[in-house]
Amino acid sequence: MSSRLTRLWDPLFKGTTAVLAYLVLTLLVAICLALLHEGWAAFKTFGWHFLISKAWDPANNKFGALIPIYGTLVSSLIAVVIAVPVSLGIALFITELAPRWLRQPVAAAIELLAAIPSIIFGMWGLFAFAPWFSNYEPWINDHLGSIPGIGALFRGPPFGIGMLTAGIILAIMIIPFIAAIMREVFLLTPPLLKESAYGVGATTWEVVRNVVLPYTRTAVSGGIFLGLGRALGETMAVTFVIGNAHSVSASLLNPGYSIAAALANEFTEAFSPLYKSSLIALGFILFVITFIILVLAKLLLMRLERAQGETT
Amino acid sequence: MSNTVPLKGHLSAGRLAVAAGTLALALGLATARADEITGAGSTWVYPLVVKWAAAYQQKTGTRVNYQGIGSGGGIAQIEAGTVAFGASDMPLTPEFLRKHHLIQFPTAIAGEDLVMNVPGIKPGALVLDGPVVAKIYLHEITKWNDPQIQALNPGLKLPDLDIAVVHRSDGSGTTFTFTNYLSKVSPEWKNRIGANTVVAWPTGLGGKGNQGVAAYVQRIRGAIGYVEYAYILENHMTYARMYNRAHRLVSPSLAGFQAAASHVDFTKAHDFYVILTDQPGPTTWPISGCTWQILRTDAPKSSNEKVVKFFRWGFEHGQSMARSIAFGPLPPPTINAIKAYWKKNLGI
Repeated sequence: MSSRLTRLWDPLFKGTTAVLAYLVLTLLVAICLALLHEGWAAFKTFGWHFLISKAWDPANNKFGALIPIYGTLVSSLIAVVIAVPVSLGIALFITELAPRWLRQPVAAAIELLAAIPSIIFGMWGLFAFAPWFSNYEPWINDHLGSIPGIGALFRGPPFGIGMLTAGIILAIMIIPFIAAIMREVFLLTPPLLKESAYGVGATTWEVVRNVVLPYTRTAVSGGIFLGLGRALGETMAVTFVIGNAHSVSASLLNPGYSIAAALANEFTEAFSPLYKSSLIALGFILFVITFIILVLAKLLLMRLERAQGETT
Repeated sequence: MSNTVPLKGHLSAGRLAVAAGTLALALGLATARADEITGAGSTWVYPLVVKWAAAYQQKTGTRVNYQGIGSGGGIAQIEAGTVAFGASDMPLTPEFLRKHHLIQFPTAIAGEDLVMNVPGIKPGALVLDGPVVAKIYLHEITKWNDPQIQALNPGLKLPDLDIAVVHRSDGSGTTFTFTNYLSKVSPEWKNRIGANTVVAWPTGLGGKGNQGVAAYVQRIRGAIGYVEYAYILENHMTYARMYNRAHRLVSPSLAGFQAAASHVDFTKAHDFYVILTDQPGPTTWPISGCTWQILRTDAPKSSNEKVVKFFRWGFEHGQSMARSIAFGPLPPPTINAIKAYWKKNLGI
């Protein structure tokens, strides 16, 4: 009797878990198709031009996605550029350098940062950070703005609100994620390898550079891409500080727009069908961008794994 | 505009928006009872409806559940029939109303003004007129000490400071009223930008909601923005005085908004389709606006009856409440016209 029950139970269990797994996959495809379907009117009206057009004129029903796409990518890129070195420092300090009694409290504090709702970051960014930061923007103008080449990035009006502020706020939001993953994988480095390196006289920096980082680079890049993925889709915090202007500018101090912010701002008041469709099409584009980033991450990780396999 | 769009796309896109709104409403509807009215829409009229609703519930026991989801959302919800009334700060055209079996009537009069953050300038000290405001928002005037601003303010010392233009980033009836005014006073604005709840701004920062614009203006040196009058009062912001169509210098006030309304004959306009910006008259405030309630003619009569009863009570007993939060009551002939309009279209 009991064996017959087991024989019945096993396939049932297997079936149930399979259904649950496929459910997520189906949901993913369904969301993607729904976005494409609702955004179809925009793609059909504007064609490929939708992706490269700077127009966003609801009064005259002309829409293009270039400015929000640009803003999304640039603000996320700034975030990653700032967050990666900071996270690396945090993770290394906690795992390698901090006195043992300090490690747990610092790690816990970083994780608490991840628990702060994004709207809080947005409000803090608008009410506290932006006014403070605007005092330093004239300095940025004078000192970084005169560097040939990249100087144009740092010349602009001192509003305290814009692409750079959005990038900095995003960086603070993704640091806990990247730092937590780095810390965990650094802890996984076999003590044997590290002790051997220390044994032959390597400094802490050399151990990190030549043992810990090469051993964990796969997971570290995974963590960075996870952070990037989060930055791309972040809505409320960005809406507060990016400036919400449909304009593209070389200067990072100028206001810009991101896809998520455009959706948050304009969806409820989108009167015309084409306007609504264009917003949904933006959502679809964000979906695709995130998907491409994740695929790139996966490919990168696979290549790193293969390279690692060859060297060892 | 929908000629280029297949009807199917229109309907389903609308349905998606409605579904999103319905979800938000469902939270409020969890405890729905028979003696409850649900409405949604304009955030501008939200303070007034909520104030009336609280007093009305005490008096009659009927609960009015109003969600400020934006005028566009309010229109979508009433079109879908998920609420008993929708509210919009932009009037719908009589043709649109017929086509979707809707009616609309005005509720209250309000106004908006420009606010600024210029060192050394006190509330009401700065004087502007329509063409200059249009040029600032077109990015043609970019400095506070521009000769065209200085010419309006002979005695005022204006700094050599960049103007940071602030506008709404979300779709809004406030933006509709503002851009409608600019279209009337500036042919260039009318041709290049136009009037709508969202427009293609040539310059500036976008703040979310009145709070967002107010926050940007208060924190950015040299900023200028437009907000509802109630916000200026609450936040003690630095506002401008304006030259109106009669070339008289006026300060924003309830009396000025009502003066604008007195020059418009609500009783003659089809479905009360009137716009209060740039009206004549010596005391008229130029950027005045109005907010409308929208009902379905094919909704159950009992539902429309409840809504009409609520607003009739508001018109008859809620006028001092409206005044206390800077909403101007409608003139008595207009209220009589609304009552006649209810009788004609709803039989109530």
